[in-house]
Amino acid sequence: MTKKHANWSPYDNNGGSCVAIAGADYCVIAADTRMSTGYNILTRDYSKISQLADKAVMASSGFQADVKALQKALSAKHLIYQHQHNKQMSCPAMAQLLSNTLYYKRFFPYYAFNVLGGLDNEGKGCVFTYDAVGSYERVGYSAQGSGSTLIIPFLDNQLKSPSPLLLPAKDAVTPLSETEAIDLVKTVFASATERDIYTGDKVEIVILNASGMRREYMELRKD
Amino acid sequence: MKLDTTGLESLPTLIAPQNDVVGDLSAAPSFDLPNSNDFDGFVKEAIQMVKPAKGTTTLAFIFKEGVMVAADSRASMGGYISSQSVKKIIEINPYMLGTMAGGAADCQFWHRNLGIKCRLHELANKRRISVTGASKLLANILYSYRGMGLSVGTMIAGWDETGPGLYYVDSEGGRLKGTRFSVGSGSPYAYGVLDNGYRYDLSVEEAAELARRAIYHATFRDGASGGVASVYYVGPNGWKKLSGDDVGELHYHYYPVTPSTVEQEMVEATGA
Repeated sequence: MTKKHANWSPYDNNGGSCVAIAGADYCVIAADTRMSTGYNILTRDYSKISQLADKAVMASSGFQADVKALQKALSAKHLIYQHQHNKQMSCPAMAQLLSNTLYYKRFFPYYAFNVLGGLDNEGKGCVFTYDAVGSYERVGYSAQGSGSTLIIPFLDNQLKSPSPLLLPAKDAVTPLSETEAIDLVKTVFASATERDIYTGDKVEIVILNASGMRREYMELRKD
Repeated sequence: MKLDTTGLESLPTLIAPQNDVVGDLSAAPSFDLPNSNDFDGFVKEAIQMVKPAKGTTTLAFIFKEGVMVAADSRASMGGYISSQSVKKIIEINPYMLGTMAGGAADCQFWHRNLGIKCRLHELANKRRISVTGASKLLANILYSYRGMGLSVGTMIAGWDETGPGLYYVDSEGGRLKGTRFSVGSGSPYAYGVLDNGYRYDLSVEEAAELARRAIYHATFRDGASGGVASVYYVGPNGWKKLSGDDVGELHYHYYPVTPSTVEQEMVEATGA
């Protein structure tokens, strides 16, 4: 018998960049809307952001099929949680659920790079950043996906917050106001679009604060 | 193909089994395995794609007053620093700490799992688990996954009824009892400083300074280690974080910048 599909892979990389910034009383989660495979742009209007709970929003890049499967699994688990506890899951709880969900596929990983943003029980902004197999960490800001290596140094330079590991502890939250953070996100995506072929077309920005959730869009270069 | 992971079960099943798009949600958590006839190759390739964090310096040692545990905080993927704020000392319970070297997710997940098991032991036996017991629980789990590509190099440090305890446990199945360990790519440098300055009758302050200095020197010589040097102490009343210092600033603490003699001469010359 001849050998077939010797180089077949279950994975594809559809690109895309995700950013989240936590403030004292808000959280901004953003992602571009381009979806590509190789040099091919499949669509210019695909949302990478999904609302998992009232105060937990996830942005994911990587392999669209895995991202979709992950979103589906999480929303099903959240539905059961709502039936059992009669409340919405908190953002830190959703963060650990996401970690466990990713790790249960440790030997056949979801090819998904996620940032989870939201508000914690005190109403403070929180951002959790992940690797594909579920290691996670709470941070003040984060970027994931194809443009992350361009975005992270820029964010470090603009809002380097003290490390949460320092003792005596310093407040690790971003000093920016909500409008400043949104402007920074727009700048960051415009810059990433200039140098990353997988980022472009449009940024979708979700803003969470005490008064609820709001969406904004900004057009990016389409080349 | 599913693994038997009844060991993961921590809560009784609350609802009846059901089938839907995401599989059986009420079943005990289990690991999805790839349908491949080359499992090793697949996992190796898949893990290559998702690139786990590597490169670390962690250390722990027993001395007169208890156990000192310290670590850096860097995570890198090849040459790229993916984080400078990783919590490599994991707080299992108020009397026990674990350290993280190797795969970040593997360490985080199994330490979380160990924390659950330790609490369950406490509830069932009305007393805290010993460090010996806890480390053996972890070693047995890791041994059952041997050859499947887990990457864990950890030290379990704590205080139990017998006093301070320290074990080294790894994903190859190793479990060693000892008084002085260092794990990770920066460990040779840390051992150098640690072995040179170690005495059993160190005071808490002296021991903390030794641990911090060993981590600092490891971050200085090992490119894959860096960030913040965290130092924890475990005593009869549980663990306490003693310090967290940016190693970039520690450098100027250990090697203060003194004005060079040439500069001073020039100042004097212009003044004269």
